[in-house]
Amino acid sequence: MAAESPNGNGSGHVQDLAWRVGGPQGSGVDTAALIFQRACGIAGLHLFGRREYSSNIMGRHSYYDVRASEMPRASHRDAVDLLTTFEAETLSRHLMALGEGSGVIYRTDDADVELHKITYLDGRYADDLAAYLAERGLPATTGGQLEDAKNRGVRLFKVNIDEIVAQLAEAMGVPPAIAGRARNTLAVAVSTALLDFSRDYVKAAVAKTWPGRQKIIDLNVEAIEQTYNYVDANYDRSDFAISLHGCDSTEKRMIVNGNQAVALGKIAGGIGFQSYYPISPATDESFFLEAHEEYPVTDGGQSNVIMVQTEDEISAVTMAAGAALTGARASTSTSGPGFALMCEAIGWAAINEVPLVITDWQRGAPSTGMPTRSEQGDLRIAATGSHGDFPSIVVASGDVFEAFYDAAECFNYAERYQGIVIHVLDKALSSSSRTVPYLDTDQIGIDRGLIAEPRGEHDEGAFNRFAVTESGVSPRTLLGQQGNAHWCTGCEHTPQGRVTEDPVVREDQIEKRHRKMELALSELSLDEKVKIYGDRDAELTFLSWGSNKGAIIECLDILEAEGIPARFLHVRLIKPFPVDEMTELLSAASPLVIVEANFSGQYAELLRTYTGIAPDHLVLKYNGRPISAEEIHRTVREIRQGDAPARIVLRNPYQ
Amino acid sequence: MTTTTEARTYKAKDFSQPNANDWCAGCGDFGIINAMHQACAKLGLDPSSVVTVGGIGCSGKAPYYMGTYGVHTLHGRPLPFATGIKLANPDLTVMVASGDGDTLGIGAGHFVGIGRRNVDLTAIMFDNEVYGLTKGQAAPTLAMGMQTKGLAVPTSQMKINPLMMAYTCGFTWIGRGYSYNIKQLVQLMMDAIQHKGLAFLDVLQPCPTYNNLHTKDWYAGKDQEEVRPRVQPLPEDFDPSITADSSEDDVLDHARSFMYESHRWGTEIPTGVFLNNTGLNSFTERIRERVKSYAEQTPSNKVIADANGMSNVDLTSMFDELAVN
Repeated sequence: MAAESPNGNGSGHVQDLAWRVGGPQGSGVDTAALIFQRACGIAGLHLFGRREYSSNIMGRHSYYDVRASEMPRASHRDAVDLLTTFEAETLSRHLMALGEGSGVIYRTDDADVELHKITYLDGRYADDLAAYLAERGLPATTGGQLEDAKNRGVRLFKVNIDEIVAQLAEAMGVPPAIAGRARNTLAVAVSTALLDFSRDYVKAAVAKTWPGRQKIIDLNVEAIEQTYNYVDANYDRSDFAISLHGCDSTEKRMIVNGNQAVALGKIAGGIGFQSYYPISPATDESFFLEAHEEYPVTDGGQSNVIMVQTEDEISAVTMAAGAALTGARASTSTSGPGFALMCEAIGWAAINEVPLVITDWQRGAPSTGMPTRSEQGDLRIAATGSHGDFPSIVVASGDVFEAFYDAAECFNYAERYQGIVIHVLDKALSSSSRTVPYLDTDQIGIDRGLIAEPRGEHDEGAFNRFAVTESGVSPRTLLGQQGNAHWCTGCEHTPQGRVTEDPVVREDQIEKRHRKMELALSELSLDEKVKIYGDRDAELTFLSWGSNKGAIIECLDILEAEGIPARFLHVRLIKPFPVDEMTELLSAASPLVIVEANFSGQYAELLRTYTGIAPDHLVLKYNGRPISAEEIHRTVREIRQGDAPARIVLRNPYQ
Repeated sequence: MTTTTEARTYKAKDFSQPNANDWCAGCGDFGIINAMHQACAKLGLDPSSVVTVGGIGCSGKAPYYMGTYGVHTLHGRPLPFATGIKLANPDLTVMVASGDGDTLGIGAGHFVGIGRRNVDLTAIMFDNEVYGLTKGQAAPTLAMGMQTKGLAVPTSQMKINPLMMAYTCGFTWIGRGYSYNIKQLVQLMMDAIQHKGLAFLDVLQPCPTYNNLHTKDWYAGKDQEEVRPRVQPLPEDFDPSITADSSEDDVLDHARSFMYESHRWGTEIPTGVFLNNTGLNSFTERIRERVKSYAEQTPSNKVIADANGMSNVDLTSMFDELAVN
């Protein structure tokens, strides 16, 4: 399916540009995206960035979407306004994302390449494109695709990169090989020149990218000049309506992705220890923490987080549990395969009432699945977590703000309710970035829960660590507290932590542990359980969780403009399941549309289990790519027309 | 690190527990636990600053017979649990009690991992060559071809040499004792605990219920024509010491004799200190070298809230790194 038009830009209203750059991994796609983002950020625009990459070091395809807007945006746009390509594969893969009025930049060399000769273009992809082109009497080449794009109203900008490099080399008095190092900047500058975007922003971005390295800055600044001159000399922009301009904003902003937001939130929340085993897409969180293992605190001193890269995820989770027993705020971070390895230890932490935070960055599953693509397929395992019955708290975040504040709050939940907290996020959120104002740590309270006083003397016998209480919460001792020695064990145990198989003690302990979840449900606010957006009285109800949030909220805006009332329940607290609230909120939902990025509707399954409520429509996507507002909007149209099935699968063969 | 209390000296009985003990009569575990009580007392430790970490199996029950903090973990996982405890609170003395199957079977990956870190703790391996609690299956220390009485057929898997394994993984103190030589065992435990780094103590012990081959009598050499205990101290001229000043030749000389002594298993099984490498910094020291504040602010004791109960972290510098304008 080719992108629909128009692209919501170009007609002179609120600026909202969708720019895409792609290329082989290792070729500088990320650098180009960084420079473009910085230039837009300096220009006062809000940004949403989305990174798609392959499980590969060098050579395979990756791309980066930047959405630059006068309004804050929280999702990508499927319909791209301007596509920048480095080579034939990117050109071939993404031309279908372009609609009427949009543009594509491509190299002379890539203008006529046989699709089936593009090394990493999947056979299925090339076959489908070839069939599509054949239907239109076009050859299975990038030339055929370009012709088709032109027929669909896409403006083609063929660029002779070598010519610009040669001009740059001459201007700088350096060999072309040296001038070629500015290729990424040059690619960005072709885009920004075509968008009539001030070159000064791009120059400022270059200076910020290589601080203090004047020779590199000089080369790149000249590359910008040469490129703008080239574009002026070679293209007539009068029939290309898409442009981008800076806006007045003095707000200080940073650009942060999901991995960084969680790491920052953990630091703000007082993390002391994190152990991890490398796994995509979780590792960048731990990397950020390692790079910031020591940091200032407000009294002028220094604090730290101790990071350990372990031999496997079992070690990671058990090491963190050990640290938590001493009173540390401890966590580990992983993705589905690692989480699966942690399950036994999750049960141990639960039965020992250890405050432990596990961050799960979901990716395509099962098994190794699609390691660098997104999915919301871990909800079921996160909600069960291990064998047996035990309390745990499962929190899902939908954007970088939530990722930050939830990461901090998870430690409070873990210590207040003395147990496992699983923080569920996904690949889409991990690698999408947003401009945000400096986050506010003044809002982050610290609640360490009920901690026992040291008894001092050693002779009083073992401490009743697991005392049976009305609330289910027992005063927690920390290993090393004077006089509070007791035992911890994965076996059922007495209040002192001695192994027991006594039936009454067993009942007392398992019931006590579960009472903590009743307590949590009674103490947590509605906002901590589910957030409501849109028209609260509307019957048309979207229900979702995680990173689909941005797309659904954007769809609500579109529906509002169309005069269609709708509301959106974004679930934060997966477990313990807020039965009363969800039942009440959904009583008037019609139709109830549940949106999830997985095959089976894992949240819908939980909802039905706990409340008996089933959705009228289950909207699912499991091709590894994030859901867009356009897809939701199209689905609503089908639902309102009355011809939508109960199960709707979002598909796009060209993503 | 070893904590000594000034206020009070604890005796061996303070490190023990009156809990009903359910090890089999005649089990070698009794000797090991008695030695643990005595070693802690002789070192002047405070029971509140000692954590005994157990795995799963008969040996995993050791924490219940200690008057210290006791953490009965998962099968194969006591070493990473213990690592987390030690790194989060370096003031604690951490001892791990785990079986041969726990340590070198299901937990072998962690044995390798912890060796690379030289975490300052003591791993005591209860080495009876069988899985007792699950009724006598072969442990990774049982030699190929042997058939203890719980086995339907002789084991067709080779044994691991625990001392060689520990050496290869990077343990910086390696020793071997015998559960019926308490005097030596106490001294070995004291040395291991005092070692500033990762110590591995292999303790040979009979399993009177399932190991009918390597019994107390076998260790005493009573099956031999000339009765002489198999368990013997290392030769007097064996020097286990490696220091920061040791030359490459010193290290190679030691490696040769270490390899030789650790492979002796027959009429004579050497016990004692096989390696005492004081030349390598511990994991806590490695962290301290990089993270200066760790000397005062550890994960277990650091202050994380201000007077109003709000986060005390100043993220401004990190936000500046991520700033776009």
